[in-house]
Amino acid sequence: MSSLSQFVLLAGVLFSIGLYGLMTRTHAIAMLLSIELMANAANVLFVVFAKAFGGAGQIFVLFALAITVAEVAVGLALVMLLYRRYDDTLLDLANEARE
Amino acid sequence: MMDSIATSVVALAMVLSALFVVRAKNLVHAVLWLGISLAATAAFYGMQGASFLAGVQILTYVGGIVTLMIFGVMVTRRHEGSSVPSGHKNGFRALLTSLLFFGALAAAVQKTPLEPRPGAALQTTPELARALIDDYVLPFEVASLLLLAGIVGAVVIARRKDLETPATAEGRRAAMAEAHAARLAAMVTKETA
Repeated sequence: MSSLSQFVLLAGVLFSIGLYGLMTRTHAIAMLLSIELMANAANVLFVVFAKAFGGAGQIFVLFALAITVAEVAVGLALVMLLYRRYDDTLLDLANEARE
Repeated sequence: MMDSIATSVVALAMVLSALFVVRAKNLVHAVLWLGISLAATAAFYGMQGASFLAGVQILTYVGGIVTLMIFGVMVTRRHEGSSVPSGHKNGFRALLTSLLFFGALAAAVQKTPLEPRPGAALQTTPELARALIDDYVLPFEVASLLLLAGIVGAVVIARRKDLETPATAEGRRAAMAEAHAARLAAMVTKETA
């Protein structure tokens, strides 16, 4: 198995861990953390492939970083709104309150 | 040989700290583990030769996002000094799904012949800089616009409606008088108590 395949599998492991966290966590900020892990795994893949095949993978990672920062800022603002409205940061609670 | 050992250690650190992120009971610990995982990723980038990305990763992720997350945890917790439980539900189904996902991915990787193209190399930092202000100048500007929109959106969403300043001078004066009266009342009650 080449080292490239190993790196792709490494990114896959990181993404799967993020997926697991996203499905098990109930706290909104913990879910955001899991999303960060998944985005980070995608970035790792970009760098690995850019190294193996050339091209503009690193530029993509830079833009992905900018988008992630915006996402976290808006996500945390939503968490604060949730907290203020329901006095909690558990997403299930807000889901039930909606129904 | 040394290089591959170092890469393995860093990869192990990335995976283990990611596991701690999703398994930590205390949310503050989870955020700190995320910082370690992202720092290990920066080290991985550095080992792959993407030194500029390693620096950016440290600056934005470890310096920016983790700090922001810590702030978020601190602001939205209810009890001073207690640990923040991070919650846990349907663990078995999540484990099954993520294992299935990883299995499918591993099977696909096994079947695909992945051989690096000879002569391919990462862009150096000067090349990156030139690409950013040449070929990718429009996405670059759009990204800055996106960040601005993100900041404005975050402020608008998180703004407290009850603390808004009234638009007219008349309204402002009334609000200030009201606040003054409230302060006075608080002082009086403290004196009497």
